[in-house]
Amino acid sequence: MALKFSDEALTLAHNIIKRYPEGKQKSALLPLLHIAQAEFGGWLSPEAMEYVAGLLNILPVEVFEVATFYSMYNMKPVGKCVLEVCRTGPCWLMGAEDIVKYIEKKLNIKQGETTADGMFTLKTVECLAACGTAPIMQVGETYHENLTCKKVDEIIDDYRKNTKEAFSHYDKKHYKGQKV
Amino acid sequence: MSKKILLKNIDVPGIQGYEAYRANGGYASVEKALKMKPDDIVEEIKKSGLRGRGGAGFPTGMKWSFIDKKTPNPHYLVCNADESEPGTFKDRYLMQHLPHALVEGMIVSSFALDAHTSYIYIRGELLYVYHILEKAIAEAYANGWLGKNIQGSGYDLDVYMQPGAGAYICGEETGLIESLEGKRGNPRMKPPFPAIQGLWMCPTVVNNVETIAAVPHILNMGGEEYAKIGVGKSTGTKLISACGHINKPGVYEIELGLPVEEFIYSDQYCGGIRGGKKLKAVVAGGSSVPILPTELILKTAKGEPRLMSYESLSDGGFITGTMLGSGGFIAMDETVSVVKNLWNFTRFYHHESCGQCSPCREGTGWMEKVLHKIVEGKGKMSDIDLLWDVQAKIDGRTICPLGEASAWPVASAIRHFRKDFEQYIQQPQKIQNVSYLQDAVTA
Repeated sequence: MALKFSDEALTLAHNIIKRYPEGKQKSALLPLLHIAQAEFGGWLSPEAMEYVAGLLNILPVEVFEVATFYSMYNMKPVGKCVLEVCRTGPCWLMGAEDIVKYIEKKLNIKQGETTADGMFTLKTVECLAACGTAPIMQVGETYHENLTCKKVDEIIDDYRKNTKEAFSHYDKKHYKGQKV
Repeated sequence: MSKKILLKNIDVPGIQGYEAYRANGGYASVEKALKMKPDDIVEEIKKSGLRGRGGAGFPTGMKWSFIDKKTPNPHYLVCNADESEPGTFKDRYLMQHLPHALVEGMIVSSFALDAHTSYIYIRGELLYVYHILEKAIAEAYANGWLGKNIQGSGYDLDVYMQPGAGAYICGEETGLIESLEGKRGNPRMKPPFPAIQGLWMCPTVVNNVETIAAVPHILNMGGEEYAKIGVGKSTGTKLISACGHINKPGVYEIELGLPVEEFIYSDQYCGGIRGGKKLKAVVAGGSSVPILPTELILKTAKGEPRLMSYESLSDGGFITGTMLGSGGFIAMDETVSVVKNLWNFTRFYHHESCGQCSPCREGTGWMEKVLHKIVEGKGKMSDIDLLWDVQAKIDGRTICPLGEASAWPVASAIRHFRKDFEQYIQQPQKIQNVSYLQDAVTA
């Protein structure tokens, strides 16, 4: 079945496209790709990129060249929850390296991998602009700050127990249930 | 030296929302601005001495006066909220807690620049802040501060949000413009400067969040009054985001000219080094600026107390000085290996290089490889000179400043901490296993 945005997402996408002058609709590409990740399971398949290209009336290759440039777009499938641990200087000074090692051991995966049950993907990312509350990890749109191994346990348990989805930075709660 | 302007109302209950913000003097500067001539607002900003708070420190009023007024094309104001410089988290703090302060600044600045459509480009990781700002923008529309005929003045303005998607380079203003146009964030050759040909090749001003948020206060108090705050050409207040091995990390608003020593050790600010340890080094303005050892961050080479100001921090040039930069203040205690930290920073620049310019694309990769080799315990003494050689070949040879930003930390680390490199190369096992985590589980 061909991919398609939900009605709410499509309304949102059209409203975003209107933010730019006539003929400059390509400017909406970045926000639309965020919505595509929210709609299509947290990653951008070739079909997803083709669909977004259609919405903006641009070539699929234009979407591909942009999608591959930005680190927040996942070019392969991810788990239900994507754990993004900041690895840059200030977090590193507060123990980010150990947090990554701890999660790798706990979930038995390496950076960039997904657990066998499809629940968690572990990513390391660059500076998240929360250096004063380092070390930190982003899950979905949420920042988890001042991490310790104990806190990591609690966060992972919470997502697992409640099988919460957190694969997209653009949280669906911001448009689900809106008027279409 | 405590002076709160930007953060004066941060503790007011409900200040995130429109009602409390307005009740505490919010949007007064818009009322004032709409009765002025746009050029007079630019003059006030010039008089204030306000300098770009994103890192470059370029005079804001001058930047505004470069905008091409002869063209029939529309003008644009773009707010750079792509805060990604490691160590910097002041804009996130400001936007999250005082979203209307940015919206108010956007209105006054757009009016001064004769812009009728403006964008706030916020980094994608901060989508939760994006929604906070969208709410503030909606409230501003609902109360007649945005949209058609603002407060009956005849001035129309739309402000829109735009999220990035994880690319440090989009903090560079032309990279940001490319990204806002829906492209890869490859910086453009300058000239033409954005003030002539920016967004969609129209005259554009790109300003940092903190810069724009300062504009309403300048208008309210007058440029001359604002210029009395601070020291010399470093006028006004600055948000400093302090992190690393200090007792009280966080965002502090300081009057420019505060002694660095007071900032680090006073309980009003960082509260000293955690665990009673000694300070080893400071990166004073975000990861790109030169790292300085304790003696040079507290005092200049001439022996004068170092101040938190554009001029004092850069006293001594790159030989013994650094830069105020973005205000990302990273303190490192005596247990830190400057070499290992440098490898981390260099990996960051390699990851974030857009790849347009060979010296940066290849050079950052080489530096990362050499540093990784040293960190892994396989370094040779000749690697230190090799690193020096590579950084010198990047500096000044790239389209945008990311090249320099990757070279300066390497050059300064070698200049001030050569012994750290030698020790690491000779006895790597001594340094490799330091852990900084509170409850580290030793594997």
